[in-house]
Amino acid sequence: MIEFDGVRKTYRVRGQETLALEVERLTIERGEVFGIVGHSGAGKSTLLRLINLLERPSQGRVVVEGEDVTRLAPAQLRAFRRRIGMIFQHFNLLSSKTVAENVAFPLRIAGTESKAAIAARVEELLALVGLSEHAGKYPAQLSGGQKQRVGIARALACRPSILLSDEATSALDPQTTRSVLQLLSDINRRLGLTIVLVTHEMDAVRRVCDRVAVMDGGRVVETGPVSEVFLHPRHPTTREFVLESEHVDTSEFLENLRKAAGRVVRLTFKGEATYRPLLGEVVRRFGVDFSILAGRIDHIKNVPYGQLTLSLVGGDVEEALQALAGAGVDVEVLR
Amino acid sequence: MTQWLVNVDWLEIGRACWDTLVMVGVSLFFAVLLGLPLGIALFLTGKRQLLEQPIVYAVLSFVVNLLRSVPFVILLIVMIPVTVVLVGTSLGVPGAIPPLVVGGAPLFARLVETALREVDRGIVEATQAMGATVPQIVFGALLPEALPGILAGVTVTSITLVSYAAMSGVIGGGGLGDLAIRFGYQRFQTDVMVITVALLVVLVQLLQMLGDRLVLRFSRR
Ligand SMILES: Nc1ncnc2c1ncn2[C@@H]1O[C@H](COP(=O)(O)OP(=O)(O)OP(=O)(O)O)[C@@H](O)[C@H]1O
Ligand SMILES: [Mg+2]
Repeated sequence: MIEFDGVRKTYRVRGQETLALEVERLTIERGEVFGIVGHSGAGKSTLLRLINLLERPSQGRVVVEGEDVTRLAPAQLRAFRRRIGMIFQHFNLLSSKTVAENVAFPLRIAGTESKAAIAARVEELLALVGLSEHAGKYPAQLSGGQKQRVGIARALACRPSILLSDEATSALDPQTTRSVLQLLSDINRRLGLTIVLVTHEMDAVRRVCDRVAVMDGGRVVETGPVSEVFLHPRHPTTREFVLESEHVDTSEFLENLRKAAGRVVRLTFKGEATYRPLLGEVVRRFGVDFSILAGRIDHIKNVPYGQLTLSLVGGDVEEALQALAGAGVDVEVLR
Repeated sequence: MTQWLVNVDWLEIGRACWDTLVMVGVSLFFAVLLGLPLGIALFLTGKRQLLEQPIVYAVLSFVVNLLRSVPFVILLIVMIPVTVVLVGTSLGVPGAIPPLVVGGAPLFARLVETALREVDRGIVEATQAMGATVPQIVFGALLPEALPGILAGVTVTSITLVSYAAMSGVIGGGGLGDLAIRFGYQRFQTDVMVITVALLVVLVQLLQMLGDRLVLRFSRR
């Protein structure tokens, strides 16, 4: 478990204290994949780097697995950092070392295992990330996705209980992004590792995260289970992110809403309800006509969902909405 | 042609060549030995670096700048008492080595500092995140990553030392420079002058070529 308690981080810029981050309270549970999203400069990296103390809080406490990390002595801090893996947007691999040497590096630093044990562990890790044949290559000879896999293998070398990821897929193409996210998801499940994933892509959050915090201007403006935050965004920044990730042009969407007749509602189907012909049944029963303004069917982690924005005219709209709500559909009246 | 090369004593030239190589080789060895830790210290104590120490950095930087701003000819003369204490003479090949080291080490230290700064901060950060100590970061990550840059620095330093070594001929330092001064300049034997300069040119070209090869050999980017 990772807890932030009254944490503030300020930087001195040209003699002036400027606030980069202010988090009153935030808890990341053990074993979950926790997403942190926000625009550039929102403070995501700062928040992440507070966890392994690459950045020291100006105020407040960061408690990781019951330990206040700000009070660790230097040697304790180094031992603590070995229990936390970290991956980066630009991989940060050592260009002078081969793939195998890069993965062995944290083990050599730890200095707790024999040469043979390290070699065996490296082999195991490279198999885990699917790079066994590339052990002798140098990072410059690998693709971006392969480099990030080396980064992941290296981060896992000391069997950490927490993995920090700072925009680890932001330099990759969509397909490679998906396979790297899949790998992280597998690792989370198989090793029970807590993953904290900083990203500016809602899509990455949707794919792998259990819970998410949305940041804006150095503060956490919204936090909750991904399905909740995704399907019912409350804060304007969150809304913007969700719409962006659905490739909806906000102004166009609002224009559509303005033109639509009758009642405008957003229906959210989750899990099994996604596959039942509920909408047809209900509109027939209550004689309601509808037109679709926006719609999407997708998955959040492994749960399917559908979300439709409809304008409803004629018939008994109120009754129809109640019937839908009664069948487990989430109904939001937009207008 | 043979008429023109009448003053050239090839045996003397050969000896001078060897002397120059010894002066450059030995002084390069010590310049690297002293300059490398000095360069690492400059880097580590610098602004926003691992062991930021503004006062230590300012002092080191001042000393390095001071040594580098003194013209080498002056350094040769100023160093004479120190040289005598160190190697027993201020003449010949041994007498030239201390000033060469003092001239070369600060240059090399700066080149090492620059090469280390060129290493991506992300590498240091990743290594720190692994729980590495500062020596582990320096020897495990920074130096291997900066190796091509440091080798380029060795090359530049060695070439500078060739020209400094030639200059040391002014105070009787031995080697090709000494020959050029004694015969070429003082006795107007232009052919000796031309030969020694040509040999120096060849030496510099060879050093640069060798250096470039080494840099390439260790570049994995
Ligand atoms: N070393 C520093 N000195 C001064 N200000 C800093 C420093 N590091 C970060 N900041 C400031 O803190 C704020 C948060 O930065 P941070 O890097 O955490 O943002 P981010 O959300 O990760 O952005 P991005 O998506 O661009 O990586 C920014 O306003 C930034 O300017
Ligand atoms: Mg960032």
